[in-house]
Amino acid sequence: MNTSCKAEVDASTDRTSRPIGPHLLSIIDYDRADLEHILDLADAFEEVSRRRTPVPALSGKTIAWLFSEDSTRTRLSFEIAAKRLSAVTVNFTVKSSSMNKGESLLDTVETLEAMGVDGIVVRHACPGVPLQISQWVENASVVNGGDGCHEHPTQALNDLHTARSRLGSVNGAHVAFVGDIRHSRVAGSGVHAFSAMGANVTLVAPVPLLPNSLAGWPVAVTHDFDSVLDDIDICYMVRTQSERQAEACVPSLGELRAEYGLTTARADRLPENALIMHPGPMNRGVELDGEVADRPNAVVTTQVASGVPVRMAVLFLLLGSESGFDISKALDVVAA
Amino acid sequence: MSVGGFRTGTVVLRGGTVIDSSGSRSTDVLFSVDDGRILAVGPGLEGDHTLDASGCVVAPGLVDLHAHLRQPGRDEAETIETGSQSAALGGFTAVVAMPNTSPTIDSPAMVREVQRLSEGAYCAVYPAAAITVGRRGETLTPMAALVRLGVRFFTDDGDGVQNARVMRKALEYASSLDHLIAGSQPGKVPGLDDEKGFASSNSGTRTERSGRASGLGGVVLAQHCEVDELSVGGYMHEGEWSSRLGLPGQPAEAEELMVMRDVALVRLTGARMHFLHLSTAGSVEIVRAAKRSGLPVTAEATPHHFTLTDASCANYDTVFKVHPPLRTEADVAAIKAGLADGTIDAIATDHAPHTTADKNMPFDMAPPGMLGLETALALALTELDLPIEKILALMSWQPAAIAGINDSQGGPIVPGASANLCVIDTDIQWKVSGASMASRSSNTPFEGRVLRGRARHTIAAGKVVTMDGEIQR
Repeated sequence: MNTSCKAEVDASTDRTSRPIGPHLLSIIDYDRADLEHILDLADAFEEVSRRRTPVPALSGKTIAWLFSEDSTRTRLSFEIAAKRLSAVTVNFTVKSSSMNKGESLLDTVETLEAMGVDGIVVRHACPGVPLQISQWVENASVVNGGDGCHEHPTQALNDLHTARSRLGSVNGAHVAFVGDIRHSRVAGSGVHAFSAMGANVTLVAPVPLLPNSLAGWPVAVTHDFDSVLDDIDICYMVRTQSERQAEACVPSLGELRAEYGLTTARADRLPENALIMHPGPMNRGVELDGEVADRPNAVVTTQVASGVPVRMAVLFLLLGSESGFDISKALDVVAA
Repeated sequence: MSVGGFRTGTVVLRGGTVIDSSGSRSTDVLFSVDDGRILAVGPGLEGDHTLDASGCVVAPGLVDLHAHLRQPGRDEAETIETGSQSAALGGFTAVVAMPNTSPTIDSPAMVREVQRLSEGAYCAVYPAAAITVGRRGETLTPMAALVRLGVRFFTDDGDGVQNARVMRKALEYASSLDHLIAGSQPGKVPGLDDEKGFASSNSGTRTERSGRASGLGGVVLAQHCEVDELSVGGYMHEGEWSSRLGLPGQPAEAEELMVMRDVALVRLTGARMHFLHLSTAGSVEIVRAAKRSGLPVTAEATPHHFTLTDASCANYDTVFKVHPPLRTEADVAAIKAGLADGTIDAIATDHAPHTTADKNMPFDMAPPGMLGLETALALALTELDLPIEKILALMSWQPAAIAGINDSQGGPIVPGASANLCVIDTDIQWKVSGASMASRSSNTPFEGRVLRGRARHTIAAGKVVTMDGEIQR
């Protein structure tokens, strides 16, 4: 791990001061080199994260969480990432319902900026809100923490990080995204992220759970899960975001499980080394059987664990360029 | 009206080319400020005042079938005063004001209120009334009483009348109200009655109970075509872009199904129907077929639907959020073809002002709509490959006939006619700026775009309301 991060540090010095910034809004904005750069840095931060003692990479920086929807793991892993980089964090929950207007989102953002916030991680029920906010701010960096059914770019980075650490590379791998793709921001980012890294992506879902148009999506599509089981390197079970939403599209959750669930029988047919991924939280018995989630090749908790170093890397790239923090020196201290 | 550049006397429009429904000729036009009528048309006329029209087209004032003036209820976004200033600057001498105000224009009291608010306006304002009380799609408004007050145009615009039984009843009732219109003599409109062939023919309809002598004039029901069951929760056109952006979409079929249904109801009732803001290739084709079979239907399209596509929403800029939504390149081409071949009878703005605060919202919460009055003529001249005579037909005399106001609007420029005129500089290049518009709002989707052609002077009932592109108070 140390050798790979040495190589990474050399690469990072060649890049501009904010190589992925000023905002992180959509995974589509990045090519393979950009993604590898972030993942390499995440590898390095894994070491920093492991020793638990915060490093001063973002000391003096303030990061606000602007959340209009519940989030447990995303918010927690951003928060832990920020604190391990010595940033100050604050929370701001906004209402997304038009029934509870209150202060407008624009006013909220201006308020945060007036208080001197350097970064804003946004989760919102409506697609595009992080991009809109990035156009309203003057100085702060905006990170998309998940926008409606659109994208969740840092989750895609976690997933790449996990898959890469387990498989070495995802180049040429066959990745199947299975289930409620239509309402999944995880798939919205993940499809493009895996494809950019050289994977072949297949969407496995009935038509009502697919996007209306797949023009420009680098994917193959099948409605027959069983037909692709033998040939999958990564079986990505997409969370059924809202049972109500999914049920409006298919006859029943029972039928969804029967046709598109990763049951024990289906899991047995996967190639031996195939990874089983899920962004969590899992609906055991819907997307996958409880027993399947506990198999050794199910990497759900690794995905969660990747969240911290990946988000450390993202926050550092967006906010830490002028900090003078040198990760190789920090790691030398660890090594010593 | 108490507004206008010259308070009294006579004015000659000098040196222009007069174009109206009867043709084109180079001549001066003399009108009276005091009685609002054209006095003379001919060469070398003299008057108390002179307005230069050299190199310009002198035309009947433009007529907008579809403007949201927001009063009463939403004065922050627009008032009848500022909206009518926008209209005048755009060359319009008449606008039909949509009834989705707050409260809804669905009663005699509300019609009188809008008529009162319109007294000092910069153009004629014709309040449309709702088809159903509160636009809830259930109970018909007191249409006879409203027609007696001068209403000719009924619509639940903003929403379609979802229930087919209610719409059938509305069509049947509306077709029984023409006798209430004093001296109702539905006029022949060149290029509209003749071409469509529904003037004296009910051949395409199942019943002839409407007893209509003509397809035009009288009362008209106008439908906002959208089947809610398919469109609900959709914020843009459903297709490649909505899928990329993760935004729920409205399929084209949500509009087309209602156009289809209402064509069937027109066939059933024999009543007249106007289709608001057609936006899809399929809708154009359905209306084309309906007209071919002789049904008394008319249709309009907006400038934004013949210029912009759903790709405009790529940055989640809510200024491009509108209902019906911006569609695809193929739909834009079909709208243009429909305007060219007479399937679509009118260009209407759907001028829909919204405050910046209201538009600066997440895409799902931002209200739909965009400004249109000050850019419509220039967009038609810039974007449509049509002769000016055709554009004027689409923007003046044809919409005037559809709205039943062709007694004073859109008529030939002849002595004795109402002096509702606009003088158009067809060559001038100008840059769109929302901030410099007369509208109280600035939500134009054409910000920064350079357009060709603009109204230079506008004369509303003899009052010079704009002169060289400036409002005359």
